[in-house]
Amino acid sequence: MEILEMSAVELGRKIKAREIGVLEATEAALAQIRALEPVLNCFVTVDEEGAKRQAARVQRQIDEGILRGPLAGVPMAVKDNMCLEGLPTTCSSKILENFVPPYTAEAVRKLVKGGAVVLGKTNMDEFAMGSTTETSAFGETKNPWDPGRVPGGSSGGSCAAVAANECFYALGSDTGGSIRQPSSFCGVTGIKPTYGTVSRYGLIAYGSSLDQIGPIARSVGDCAAVLEEIAFQDKKDSTSVRREDCDFTSALEDNVKGMRIGIPGDYLGEGLDGEVRAAVLSAAKELEEKGALVEEFDLSLVEYGIPAYYVIASAEASSNLSRFDGVKYGYRAKEYEGLHGMYKKSRSEGFGQEVKRRIMLGSFVLSSGYYDAYYLKALRTKALIKQAFDRAFTKYDVILGPTAPSTAPKLGELLSDPLKMYLGDIYTIAVNLAGLPGMSVPCGRDSKGMPIGLQLIGDCFKEKNIIRAGYAYECTRNHEMPDLARRQGQGMAGAAEGKVR
Amino acid sequence: MENMITDEMIEYVAILAKLELSREEREAAKQDMGKMLRYIDKLNELDTSGVEPMSHVFPVENVFREDVVANGDMREDMLTNAPEQKDGSFKVPKTVE
Repeated sequence: MEILEMSAVELGRKIKAREIGVLEATEAALAQIRALEPVLNCFVTVDEEGAKRQAARVQRQIDEGILRGPLAGVPMAVKDNMCLEGLPTTCSSKILENFVPPYTAEAVRKLVKGGAVVLGKTNMDEFAMGSTTETSAFGETKNPWDPGRVPGGSSGGSCAAVAANECFYALGSDTGGSIRQPSSFCGVTGIKPTYGTVSRYGLIAYGSSLDQIGPIARSVGDCAAVLEEIAFQDKKDSTSVRREDCDFTSALEDNVKGMRIGIPGDYLGEGLDGEVRAAVLSAAKELEEKGALVEEFDLSLVEYGIPAYYVIASAEASSNLSRFDGVKYGYRAKEYEGLHGMYKKSRSEGFGQEVKRRIMLGSFVLSSGYYDAYYLKALRTKALIKQAFDRAFTKYDVILGPTAPSTAPKLGELLSDPLKMYLGDIYTIAVNLAGLPGMSVPCGRDSKGMPIGLQLIGDCFKEKNIIRAGYAYECTRNHEMPDLARRQGQGMAGAAEGKVR
Repeated sequence: MENMITDEMIEYVAILAKLELSREEREAAKQDMGKMLRYIDKLNELDTSGVEPMSHVFPVENVFREDVVANGDMREDMLTNAPEQKDGSFKVPKTVE
């Protein structure tokens, strides 16, 4: 089997058994990146030299018996909204184009400490605002299954890179579906953990009450292994919670006997593509055949998730993004008058259109006179949505449904109509509002050949339920890979030159 | 709501947001915001009387700790990212006349 087609855990095992060298695996991934980046543009920065240096160091530490973790030596990628000391962290925005953080995000630090080899930083929607990776200031990422289509977003670079075998796993962040929806579009697996499970320290904030970092990989097992490494209570993030049950890989059991699975009827109605519906229901059937108790139920309030989300996320964004003022870091306008002029010019020239749109909306809903009607109303709606999920989880262990209403659209199709783009998040967004864990697992492809994602949602702190259900389902099928991912690193050296450091 | 978005409102929101919008951007913002707010008005269908606004999903309490410096002096590192610096400080345009 080709190195690049192995799972992260399998590669980790072979590295430990001295069957594959860390540098060998790193070079293979870098060759794949060099070959495919001119088409896909998954990365904002590729750190070729750094990755090779890390590979040599990690190999030494494995040889000396210092590094023993399951992912030691496995090359991976990090979404470009997580800080990594010494490497540009841009959030795919012009305003942070030259920002090189002096510290590393805690989730990344944990992985690096465990022997991860960081290949580079992946492309995203600017400040994670978008569902297609087209709002990036550094060009859109293309879907490896069909480069004429979007990879989804905002963690589109991470998901496309994993699908294209450019890395063995990646970190993403999920505020309203930004791990799950691109995972669905790219045919990979991604988990958004329970809010507070992974430290957000060093993650550039978008909607702080909703943001959560999570793993993206080619299997449920890999995701569980990565999550196990990054989950912990961090004193530097006061919203991170203490958990005793982070042994997620223990849930990798092909056994769903007696598991109660509910399918919200309101996730199957109007707006859902017929082929997606069929694939999701057939996945539910598979689980039922394995002994799960599956039934439809009425979740309610589904259509209120998106409006509540856009009020809350935009409000938090307008506050979080006020730190970009051209003083401490980032872009400063060349010509301006006075201090306030400098702020305004720097921000207006540095932010893209979608970011400005959300900052404006957020400033409005927080302004006096509108705060109660919009912001507090949204927070009250959020409470009702949480209650609806609480009721559902008294009856079910797992909620099952589609990740997105459709498969990946063509490039440019959604960008012109923001409201239409927002509606694509209908099944993922409420999970963030309620702080729940959610996962997208590939469940087939449509007639255009594009991957379909199955979403599994668990109650707070019940990642193990969705991991178990996801794993049991995954055992019924083979991992599918885009043709493009098989063609590895022949020639084309230096083609990704621009971003290779 | 759509019709309620006046030029003055956009002007005011731009001040709050510290953004300078061109005339075209202002027109687009008026349209966009009107459309979004009309959609958000859907929330009014819900009776939320007596429902407490929920800012965090889990009960969040103040966490107290001793105020001990845990990080080193990163002054130089921090300043390398500044668009302009002078004498070990961030340089900004004159703030007081």
